[in-house]
Amino acid sequence: MKKKTDSIQSVVATGIGAAIIFVLMKFVAIPTGIPNTQVNVAEGFLPLLAAIYGPITAGLAIFIGHALNDFVTYGSPWWTWVIVDGLVGVAFGFLKNKLQIQAGALSVAKLVWFNIYQVIVNFIGWVLLAPTGDILIYHEPAGKVYIQGLTTWVVNSLSVAIIGTILLVLYSRTRTKHGSLKKED
Amino acid sequence: MTENLFIGYIDRPTFLHHLSGSTKLIGFISFSIIGMVTFDTRFLLGILIMSLVLFHYAQIRYREVALIVKVIIAFAALNLIMVYVFGPGYGMQIYGTKHLILGNSQHYFNLSWEELFYLFNLLLKYVFAVPLALIFLLTTNPSEFAASLNKIGISYRISYAFEIALRYIPTVQRDYRTISLAQQARGYEMSKTAPLMQRAKGAVQILLPLIFTSLERIETISQAMALRRFGQQHKRTWYMARPFKTADYLSLIVIAVWLILGIYLFKVNNGRFWNPFK
Repeated sequence: MKKKTDSIQSVVATGIGAAIIFVLMKFVAIPTGIPNTQVNVAEGFLPLLAAIYGPITAGLAIFIGHALNDFVTYGSPWWTWVIVDGLVGVAFGFLKNKLQIQAGALSVAKLVWFNIYQVIVNFIGWVLLAPTGDILIYHEPAGKVYIQGLTTWVVNSLSVAIIGTILLVLYSRTRTKHGSLKKED
Repeated sequence: MTENLFIGYIDRPTFLHHLSGSTKLIGFISFSIIGMVTFDTRFLLGILIMSLVLFHYAQIRYREVALIVKVIIAFAALNLIMVYVFGPGYGMQIYGTKHLILGNSQHYFNLSWEELFYLFNLLLKYVFAVPLALIFLLTTNPSEFAASLNKIGISYRISYAFEIALRYIPTVQRDYRTISLAQQARGYEMSKTAPLMQRAKGAVQILLPLIFTSLERIETISQAMALRRFGQQHKRTWYMARPFKTADYLSLIVIAVWLILGIYLFKVNNGRFWNPFK
């Protein structure tokens, strides 16, 4: 029975998560000064979603949110980036068991570990996969796509490091710590 | 804000409105994938002309799509400039010939017909799907979207997640605005004049309440769905699903013909590029 409710919850969390990501991508972008790049708050929300609901929900939610946002903003989704975003979501989802966010406040060690992991994941996604996909599929010059990839890597890692970490810490503080209740003698 | 953001479905009595959502979805996905891969100018122009004709038949007014068209033009222009700056000789490299207009091949910045032709192809690739996407958005009832996804073979749980996303985007947007106004009233500066860190902090102050309300909402909706026995069966039926009619089969044949033509052109061109310079 527990399993059934979990699966319903992940369907709903995917939908609502995608809706939040869509709204954040559309409205809450903080420009960095470099054209076409911005501190994407949606990327900062992703680790929390991933830590609570796991890889499938996080990956699908960012995939749906990003695809819908591209679809209504640019007419057609930029598939390579949408897919890479989905994969980044899945990679963050693997943190669910490591972080154990429902078990109470996160230790500093876990947070440091999380940030090292996210920088590597973002590097693989935005510097290795996304530009290579652009070259193979869209046939754009390497210089252009790698510059875009590098900027996105820096900006997304920063967004996750600042907003993502803050959200994880604040959320985990609202959870009751395991074993925090003792039976009175 | 709500009106101009989500350009929405408008019911009009055209044949495109009467096509089933699945047909339009299959069409959009097939064209966007084949158009993404091919660099055959004739093929891309063909799709663009066809989609503009369809756009005309869908009776969509320019006023309804003006904003999105402007954004797309800005996006395409910015991208084309970047592509040119990072590889002015890329066109010549692809097509293997040199027809210079300005400068010579020793200069980094030169302009050749090959480069112009390559940029024109990119422009076509950026815009050819736009009329199709707009047709899809404006002629398909959002409630039919999940049914269409499920019909083309995507699991109904994922289709349902899509449906929930579409349903809750306006709600989340409303929540976001309410929270944002409330936090600004409490003195959190979020406007464009505030420094970066302050804006990031402001964003977190809005995000937190938004996330907590949404987590609660996830609980409520899941419980409601569990009570209605969601996920008990392997299949489900859709209230908004539309059966295929003759027009749908005809459209699918037209889509298939385009696809076969696109794949045939790969063979004719010996690859993805059509080279008129040879």
